[in-house]
Amino acid sequence: MATEAHGGEEGGLVFHPMDQFIVQPLFGDGAINMFTVTNATLWLALTVLAVIALMVLGTGKRAIVPSRTQSIGELAYGFVYKMVEDVTGKDGVKYFPYIMTLFMFIVFANFLALIPMSFSTTSHFAVTVVLALAVFLTVTVLGFIKNGASFLGLFWVSSAPLALRPVLAIIEIISYFVRPVSHSIRLAGNIMAGHAVIKVFAGFAAIAVISPVSILAITAMYGLEVLVAFIQAYVFTILTCVYLKDALHPHH
Amino acid sequence: MEGELAHIGAGLAAIGSGAAAIGVGNVAGNFLSGALRNPSAAAGQTATLFIGIAFAEALGIFSFLVALLLMFAV
Repeated sequence: MATEAHGGEEGGLVFHPMDQFIVQPLFGDGAINMFTVTNATLWLALTVLAVIALMVLGTGKRAIVPSRTQSIGELAYGFVYKMVEDVTGKDGVKYFPYIMTLFMFIVFANFLALIPMSFSTTSHFAVTVVLALAVFLTVTVLGFIKNGASFLGLFWVSSAPLALRPVLAIIEIISYFVRPVSHSIRLAGNIMAGHAVIKVFAGFAAIAVISPVSILAITAMYGLEVLVAFIQAYVFTILTCVYLKDALHPHH
Repeated sequence: MEGELAHIGAGLAAIGSGAAAIGVGNVAGNFLSGALRNPSAAAGQTATLFIGIAFAEALGIFSFLVALLLMFAV
């Protein structure tokens, strides 16, 4: 175990703050292959199940007077729907199911990761890069399907002076291809940083003199993390909407 | 020796977090000063606020990532 490996270091933490992100097989101690069931698999599955429980089982009855679960489902639906409509306009509403799926998955993955002893799936680049690349490819392909070659007008800033446009085009192209990088690193980095900070404070709790301060700090950081979990899901979703808007209306 | 240099580099990379903090503070502060001048227009701009904060914060997260790489990958 990694705990023992780091435990012997001088003056350091009893456990390592990054140990919580280690992917381990759920059953036994074998090597991790393509189809090994790991703790990441478990928590990804739990995330999907939680979304299904809320959105399918909770709202399946379609009651006129909604139950509490149905109210939450309707709130989430309305929240994302309004976001898509505000940012992309009426013709972006067609892609609402995809954006709703992204939002629900990320928000549930983030909140499930806040359960003590759970595994934070969205802190892994393997998860967020897939999400971001899917958005990037979808948006790029959609842009070319909808606009044809005039999608390249996204890179040709027609409001700028003519002499500046080639320079701006290079900058625009670079920033376009950096999108999936920053899109994925933002989510994974935020979640990873928050969880690591909580673990660092938890390590200080072992020192008797500062343990009350440490426990207060853990509580405060946890409160911040609840906020961050939601805000990062919101930011990921709204950036998807912005990219989608660029694909549908590429001209500046 | 190389490991120690990596630790110094990780500490230097942490300066980036402070820079990102300045950026996020700038965005939020300017939003608030604008919102207090024209509160009726503020509600429609919260999405822009969060996009701005996200862009500013992402760069701080990049520096955190560099620090992590120096600490654990190098």
